[in-house]
Amino acid sequence: MQKNNPFKDAPAAGSNVKNNPLAVMPHERAAGWKLFFKTVVARAYPRIVGQQREKSWIFFDIFLPMLAVSAYVFVYRAIGAPEEYVGFVVIGGAMTAFWMNIMWSMSSQLYWEKEQGNLALYIMAPNSMMAVLLGMAIGGMLATFLRALAIILIGSLLFHVQYTIISFWQLIAVFFAAMTALYGMGMMSASLFLLLSREADHFAQLAQEPVYLVSGFYFPIKSFNFWVAAIASIIPLTLGLDAMRQLIFATGASLGFLNVTVELTILLILCVAFLFGARALLGYMERLAIREGRLTESRR
Amino acid sequence: MNNSETLRSFRTATWLGWQIESNWTDPFLFAVYSIIKPLAGAAILVVMYSVITKGNFDTPIFPYLYFGNAFYIYVGAIMTGVSWAVIDDREHYKTLKYMYIAPIHIPAYWLGRGVARFLTGSFSVIITIAFGVIFLHVPLDLATVNWPLFILSLILGVAMLCMMGLILASITLLVAHHFFLIGEAVAGALYLFSGAIFPLDVLPAWIRPVGFVMPITYWLELMRRSMVSSVSQAFPTLQRFSDLQLAGILVGLTVVFAVIAYFLFRWCDFRAREEGLIDRVTNY
Repeated sequence: MQKNNPFKDAPAAGSNVKNNPLAVMPHERAAGWKLFFKTVVARAYPRIVGQQREKSWIFFDIFLPMLAVSAYVFVYRAIGAPEEYVGFVVIGGAMTAFWMNIMWSMSSQLYWEKEQGNLALYIMAPNSMMAVLLGMAIGGMLATFLRALAIILIGSLLFHVQYTIISFWQLIAVFFAAMTALYGMGMMSASLFLLLSREADHFAQLAQEPVYLVSGFYFPIKSFNFWVAAIASIIPLTLGLDAMRQLIFATGASLGFLNVTVELTILLILCVAFLFGARALLGYMERLAIREGRLTESRR
Repeated sequence: MNNSETLRSFRTATWLGWQIESNWTDPFLFAVYSIIKPLAGAAILVVMYSVITKGNFDTPIFPYLYFGNAFYIYVGAIMTGVSWAVIDDREHYKTLKYMYIAPIHIPAYWLGRGVARFLTGSFSVIITIAFGVIFLHVPLDLATVNWPLFILSLILGVAMLCMMGLILASITLLVAHHFFLIGEAVAGALYLFSGAIFPLDVLPAWIRPVGFVMPITYWLELMRRSMVSSVSQAFPTLQRFSDLQLAGILVGLTVVFAVIAYFLFRWCDFRAREEGLIDRVTNY
């Protein structure tokens, strides 16, 4: 038990608690920003540490997407595609991990919390719901990053993918902008899912293949008509993937949809829009859910 | 095992599965949901193919991958339908423990839960093939379809997929809830080995034997041959086998998987009871 206890380092009552971020003595209640950050850390903790404890999760999260990626690689080889498309599939396959995380562990999460009776506790507690969502996002992003990295490493080694980094700093900037916008979008959709019941699972299912299609997870988004690609760009992974492919493959730029700088600028705009949108929508949806008595309902 | 109990468990689970699958929304939205998902899956392959071949849909590989992908919908649907019932009952409805103490036959109950997915899967297969024939000129002439072979292959395939679903359901008893469906994930993985969307010859030689022991490989070949016989003749992988030989291999492998499913269920069921996993909830 001690090994798995997240509070195992918490000091005994009466000892010094200054150095322990999780320990809050009854007479030292956190408030304001301190409470906000403690909530973020507390919600991120089970995502980062708790998820690693379930070994079958790690196996399925890495190994199975890898097999799916391999299938698409062999399709390209069967139809005689140039080798850079293999790299496109590996990167796209790794990014599916983030999208899955958004749909199942962000958007659907509040629905699951509702089903399990935790949502009412979240609302009752004095912490901010934005902090809960931010904690889920940061924790999910870090945990998924490790899985995505494993998929890229294994895929690159198996299929001998050649990378040519055009600009390392631009690549870092694009990745973080895409992730921030994506998880901001996840926070927004989580508040929308707050109102859903059984249909939540089906909507999350529905948002898989169609998004893989329009966002160009397995082929360059440039293959689509300009306006289709432009509309699909509302999903941050569309431009994020396109820009990353342009920055890590020698021929990536020739298959890119827009200039990387333009794509980065749009991603930054999406970051701001989704984060503010999440805050506004969460407040509205929370009030609506409370007014309509949906926080504890369970239409099974 | 009591036959009437098995039949009753199967029948009631079929009704329950259909209600769960379909009554979460109105029929229109349900129909849209059932159409968009498979079409998007097929469209990914179509776009990948057309980007490389510049839209030349007249090669034999295109109907090969299109039919393979369309019929593969059954793999995900049936295996998921059967195995997802464990997670759904254990962690969502929290009724698995009640199922265990009720006078029902658990494997028959799981198989019944998979029937609804078979029905919605059939709808998706028909829509996907119709879309391909109408908009992408996938070669299909209903007058030349080998209907007896098609029906025989379909029945054998469904039986084989049910056994694979039972194997997954048994394993699911011991593993945690994942944010994807374990049946779908495994089905996605089997895409690689069964020659669903590319001939097995494309795989490295050391990995091909995996495809040859998977019954799905032979089932998809039979389905393709029954629909458009010329497609399979273009690829040498299974050319040396007659239809009857393929059907025989499929029957043999289905029996093997049924035996594995039987013993695996008994073992997993025992472990789940021993470790108190029947009513656990896993969600981070």
